Amino acid sequence: MNTTKLETKNYNLFYGNFHALRDISMQIPEKKVTALIGPSGCGKSTFLRTFNRMNDLIAGVRTTGEVYIDNKDIFSIDPVALRQNVGMVFQKPNPFPKSIFDNVAYGPRVTGMRDHKKLEEIVESSLRSAALWNEVKDDLAKSGLALSGGQQQRLCIARALAVQPSVILMDEPAASLDPIATLKIEDLIHDLSQNYTIVIVTHNMQQAGRVSDYTAFFYTDDTRTGRLVEFDETNTIFTNPKDQRTEDYITGRFG
Amino acid sequence: MSGRMVADKTVKYILFISAFLSIVIVLAIAYFIFRESIQAWTEIGFSDILFNKVWRPGQDQYGILAMVVGSVAVTFGAIVLGVPLALGSAIFLGEIAPKWVQNILRPAVQLLAGIPSVVYGLFGMVVLVPIIRQIPVKGNSGYGLLAASIVLAVMILPTITSIAEDAIRAVPNSYRSGSLALGATRWQTITQVVLPSGRSGIIAAIILGVGRALGETMAMIMVIGNSVVFPKPLTANPLTLYLSQARTLTGNIAVEISYATGVHESALFATGVILFLLIIIVNASARWLINRQSSIQTTRQ
Repeated sequence: MNTTKLETKNYNLFYGNFHALRDISMQIPEKKVTALIGPSGCGKSTFLRTFNRMNDLIAGVRTTGEVYIDNKDIFSIDPVALRQNVGMVFQKPNPFPKSIFDNVAYGPRVTGMRDHKKLEEIVESSLRSAALWNEVKDDLAKSGLALSGGQQQRLCIARALAVQPSVILMDEPAASLDPIATLKIEDLIHDLSQNYTIVIVTHNMQQAGRVSDYTAFFYTDDTRTGRLVEFDETNTIFTNPKDQRTEDYITGRFG
Repeated sequence: MSGRMVADKTVKYILFISAFLSIVIVLAIAYFIFRESIQAWTEIGFSDILFNKVWRPGQDQYGILAMVVGSVAVTFGAIVLGVPLALGSAIFLGEIAPKWVQNILRPAVQLLAGIPSVVYGLFGMVVLVPIIRQIPVKGNSGYGLLAASIVLAVMILPTITSIAEDAIRAVPNSYRSGSLALGATRWQTITQVVLPSGRSGIIAAIILGVGRALGETMAMIMVIGNSVVFPKPLTANPLTLYLSQARTLTGNIAVEISYATGVHESALFATGVILFLLIIIVNASARWLINRQSSIQTTRQ
């Protein structure tokens, strides 16, 4: 039996009067890759942003229900501290207009790390973990924006790792990348899952099948309210789904 | 040729002529100022105009150094007082204030830009000068660099605020969310990602403020005292420099042009040339600074 890392109980989210997520209860296991799939607008990205409380930054967002990390209520944790433990990689690579070194060192620096020697170690190990070190080790002073799209995304992953989180949220991390860069990111996700709990939103069914251990299928009806339809091991979801809607979606009958 | 093709061509020429005309006007003005100042340069001499501290047209003394120092000192004072305030407002408007506060504050700041400078001068004379006169320093009349710097700081506030705010708003939101997602606080995000990313626009805003400050005339005449003395601290404390009266380059021209003739008149045009050069230097260094900042890859430090 796996340890549960993240958990929601009867979680609801509203944008103003709009009910975006309804009654989501789900247990995300530790050091596994969990994929959130479903058609556009079903709320899976919104659900992902619950875990690092990025939704707090959007005006008019209101939630009910419970969300836990390591059995601790995330709303009782200061969001700044929470985000050091729950890293995030965005859909579009968003390196800062700073050097590669400064991009990776950003997180440790904002949390007060000044020791240059230690920063150098962290930058190297993070870039190694993100499989980018060999490509950039001689160019650490180069701007992060000068890298290719795939490299930028791996830089963003390294940047997230540098803070030493235990969870990494990925919001369609390969959506803007070419197939080869995508493959590299997928390999990386696989490697990272040995040490990190990874939750990934993806539109790409094959990708979910390739990288994830568990898959959650989100769906929305005419009310546009997102619900969790089914959550199980990826194998089960793809070969033997219990819900008809999951099967229809997986087999490409809609969405 | 069809009608819309003709229209397309015509618009192109009209736009070209507009652009061309504005360049011609600038060059014509520059030419005119330089031509009118030639007499001063040849009869008084370049170094005498620029480095002589004494301006006494009755005795054929035409040194504008005192006015250069006056203009630079008052601009510096306005920058020191005004830039932090303006950047603070810009950050507040662009990053922190809720929508409804922005909707009140932004028009209010922009309204400041619409107040005629003579009104600022009046405010300075009636309100600021009497207050400053209370500072117990011998020779302090209230009129002088301090009053002028304060008035000028308020005058450049809207320019710097609105352009710096535009620069801050132009920073992509993905930088902000990227920083916040790494566990940075809002303030760290502002100082370490947003402001550095908007750097060139913010520098441009400050430079425009400097340009405006150097060119301001009427309000300066009203509060700076206008005596043609070389600004000096009134006591041993160097800060009392700002209680000293002064005259700006712009004020020099405006105060004397109505009765100046001959070489005196030409010397006022020479003052204009120096002002012109000063502003060119400011703009050029701004451009240099912006280019340099964006071409350097940030270092490891």
